[in-house]
Formats: sequence, C-alpha cells, structure tokens
Amino acid sequence: MKEKKGMTKAEKNTAKWAYLFIAPTMIGLIVLNFYPIFNTIYQAFCKTGDFGKGNTFVGLANFQSLTVGANAGEFWQSLLNTVKYAIIEVPFSVVIALVLAVFLNRKKMIGVSVYRTIFFLPMVCAPAAVAMVWKWLYNQQFGLINNIFGTNIAWISNPSIAWIAIGVIGVWSIVGYNMVLFISGLQEIPGDYYEAAEIDGATGIRQFFSITVPLLSPTTFFIVQTRIIGALTVFDLMFMVMDKTNQALPKVQSVVYVFYTYAFTNGNKGMGAAVVCLLLIFIMIITAILQSCEKKFVFYN
Amino acid sequence: MESAKARERMTSVLIHVILIVFSIIMLVPFVWMILTALKTNQEAISVDPFYIFPQNGWHWENFATVWKSYNFLILYKNTLLMIFFRVVCACLTATMAGYALGRLEFPGKKVFHMLVLVQMMVPSQIFIIPQYLMVSKLGMLNTTFGLVFPGMVTAFGTYLLETGYRGLPKDLEEAAAIDGCNVGQRFLRIMMPLTRSSMVSLGIFTAVFAFKDLMWPMIVCSNATTTTLSAALAKMQGQYSSDYPTMMAAATLAILPMVIIYVIFQKQFVEGIATSGGKL
Repeated sequence: MKEKKGMTKAEKNTAKWAYLFIAPTMIGLIVLNFYPIFNTIYQAFCKTGDFGKGNTFVGLANFQSLTVGANAGEFWQSLLNTVKYAIIEVPFSVVIALVLAVFLNRKKMIGVSVYRTIFFLPMVCAPAAVAMVWKWLYNQQFGLINNIFGTNIAWISNPSIAWIAIGVIGVWSIVGYNMVLFISGLQEIPGDYYEAAEIDGATGIRQFFSITVPLLSPTTFFIVQTRIIGALTVFDLMFMVMDKTNQALPKVQSVVYVFYTYAFTNGNKGMGAAVVCLLLIFIMIITAILQSCEKKFVFYN
Repeated sequence: MESAKARERMTSVLIHVILIVFSIIMLVPFVWMILTALKTNQEAISVDPFYIFPQNGWHWENFATVWKSYNFLILYKNTLLMIFFRVVCACLTATMAGYALGRLEFPGKKVFHMLVLVQMMVPSQIFIIPQYLMVSKLGMLNTTFGLVFPGMVTAFGTYLLETGYRGLPKDLEEAAAIDGCNVGQRFLRIMMPLTRSSMVSLGIFTAVFAFKDLMWPMIVCSNATTTTLSAALAKMQGQYSSDYPTMMAAATLAILPMVIIYVIFQKQFVEGIATSGGKL
C-alpha cells in the first residue's frame, strides 16, 4: 500500500491499527482462497503424476478431454444433471416458500413460531443424515413411500425418475429457509398498501399479485439468485443417496460430484481442477445473466 | 358483514389445514427415522402387514449398540472441536477486520473490501484441491487443525460484521477519542460489545455449516477415529447399507444434539442463519 503524503499523525496511527486488525483476515484470504484460485487454474493445465506427485504441463488437454474428448460425455451429462436438479429445486422451493410465508405473515395468525420451527428444521440437519433417511423412504421394496401408495417404483435407481427424487429432497431441505427470508421481506412492506387495497375492495389474491409480488421482488430476486448458485454446486445429496453401483448415477451426478470423483476418488487433481474451472465459468455466465435480469424484473421503490 | 366474517374464518381454517399437512410432510422423515431406529431389522423390512410402530418392544438398545460400535463419543468430540475452533477463529478475525473496514479510514481499504466481495462470489469448490494439498504437505491430515483449516478466516463473516459496525452511530467513538482512548481501546470497550448480535449470528451460522459440511471432512479425515459425524455417516452407509435400524439410529444420533439446541434457541437460529443469508 502506498502511503499518501500529507497524512496527519493521527491518520497514520489509525491506519496502523487498521492494518493490524485486518492482517489476520487478509493473510488468511490470500493463503486459503486467492492463492488456491490461481493454483487450481494452474493445475487445470497440468497432468497429475502417479500417486498425485509431480505435475506436467499439458496445456488444454484436460479441457479438451472434458469438452470434446474422452470425458466429454460424462462432463456434459453432469452439467445437464445439475441444471435439471436446479430446475426442480429452485422454482418449487421458492414458490412453496412464498405461499407459506404469506400464510404465516397473516394478521392475527396463530402458531407461527411452531410452523416456522418445523419448516426450518431441515436447515440445521446434516445433509448426510437427511439423505440417508430419504434413501430409506425411497427404498423400492421396503420404503415408506412405496408402501403408503402401494407402488413399486424404483425412485432412485430408475434414471428417468431419480433426478426428480433427488430434487424433491432438495426442495424439502431448503423450503423453510427460503420461507424465513420471504417473511422478513414481507414485513418490510408497509401495511398502508394493503389497507388502501382493502378499502378499494381488492381480494386477498388480487392483493397478493398486485402488491406483494412486485414489492417483494428484491427479496425474491435475492433468494432465486442464491438458490441457483447453491443448486449448481449441489453435492451432498447425490453423494449420499446414489450408491456407486447405482445404474442411475450417470444421469443424476452433479458437476461437483464429478469433480470429487476425479480429484479425490481417482486422484486426478488436474482433471478435477479443470472441472471446477469450467463450473466457475458457467456460474459466472449465469450470474451475469441474472444481473441483467435484475434491472428488468426487480421493482425498487 | 356476518358472511364476510364467516368467509374470513373459512379461509383461516383452510390455511391451517394446508400448513398442518405441510408440517406433516416436513416431519414424516424425522418420525420415520426414529421409528425405524427402534425396530429390529426384521420389523423394519416387513411390509405385510405394514407396521408403523415396533411390534416386539421398542429397541432402545439399538442406539447403545450404534453408539459403541461406531465410537460416537469420538465423532462428537471431533465434530465439537472443529465447530468450536471454527467459530472462535471466524468471530475473532471477522470482528477485527469488520471493524477496520467498517469504521477506520486507511489507504487500500477499497482493495481489501473488494477482495472480501470477490471471495464471496467464487464457489468454494475451487479452493478445495490446493487447500487439501496444503494440509497434506503440512502433515495435518486426520487432525483437528486439518478440519478447521479452510474456516480460519471468513470473507462472509467479515462482510457481515463490517455491515454491523457501519450501522453504529459515529459520535459513540468520537466521545471516547476525546477522552484519550486509542483505537484498540475504543474497539474493545465500546464498539465490539455493540455488535454482539451480529457476532451471535455469525457464530450460529458458522457452527451449523461446519456441522453440515461433508466433502471437506471426507477429504482430510479419511480415518474413522479422526473424522466428523457427517463424514462418518457416509462411511457407515457404504458398509452397512442394508441394516436399516442401525443406519437410522446413527442418523438420529448424528442430528439430535443440533436439533435439540435448535429447538431451544430457535429464534436465534432462524435469525442467525437467515440474516446471514447469502452464501450457502
């Protein structure tokens, strides 16, 4: 940092304290996050040697393999799987959460804290445990779901159903969290709007679409954005629910799952690094698209 | 007027019905987990007739068996130590950095602020390979240090605390400065205590997400005696996937402490996690 000339003694003193205070965090961020970003990008251009030792520079070979070469099928499929998961998780968890939030935010509503405690419960549970329980519920022969409905559906080993089944776990896990965010957004809408609408004779549903939805759009946008990014990095649910021998795995595994398999199960760090680099690019594109949508769809008063 | 009131009441009842049905959907997995944990495997997989409750007594001893055979005491200890150190590190570093960014003027502040924001925007998977290699080179695989490592500092927490400090009134500090307090004294005696609620939020957020983390403990602590609850569950599932009561007892034991703490402090938890928002 260049020191500006003409700083008073007091200003210099303050700056000293500031650097002292910020030093642990900045050193930490550089060592733990910023160096790793560049290191990951570097490794993506390397072939990891046997036993994880020694990198040889191979240029774009890893990326080539992932996009058009030997691993392309698996990688593109995993990206498609991740997007499909997001298409289930994000809209359903957001819409259901919004409806629940509007219900709980009604005047003179009773039992709010009980409902909220229940809906939010999955947020404090380890996804590993949650996934184990759902795997048991989905069990084809002995699972609760097939027993209740008298069906015999292979929820998690039929490739055309499994991605939906995983998405349902995702919705169940996150809906309470979205709801809590919506409730705090709803509480910021001034009550006079609704009173005026009531005098004009607008029904509850009419009020919802002409007052709540537009005034809540900043909150909605924030939730949708964080949920999309969250869904694109999904890993735990798929890892826990899908056995390695599950025939539906290729049609369900997410990009991060593929990253984990390459980098840590197979010990091919270079390939794993290339996968996360591509994921980073994809997420940056999505973020850019979302930012441009923000101006169009979000209503700031 | 009467009919409007009746309609209002009908709507209210209908809404409660929907909410109760949804509550049941949310709770069924938990209830079924505990009920299965109390059965014998024979009962768990018997579907005809379909038993909801254990038929031949409630097998509480399933919990004791799982507790012993999977060494839950060690798993709890490992998880607790990881959570403890992550919370302490996160709160300590974030409150200091947050104060500097939120209240002090110094050259380079904008750059530091930007670094914090950039870190929050990047998906954390991109850090994992180099972080693992660092822990491995330090010879710290299978240690508490290894588990805590990526959580020693927090960009998100720094941002949260920065916002907290910035919201405090300016004249608080000016009075103290006139009285001859230096920056350190002002920070410790006046400012830090005032951001207590942000600190609590950050602490809860850090604790819950450390507890939920799966990939990192699996990578750095592959050993059954050094790993955390989440990662241990993943290991167990690979080995004993067809012994359902055992699996469900293990899952129950893994989430129960956090659930109990959550139910007691639910207000702080909901607020802490929700106000922290953002990075999940």
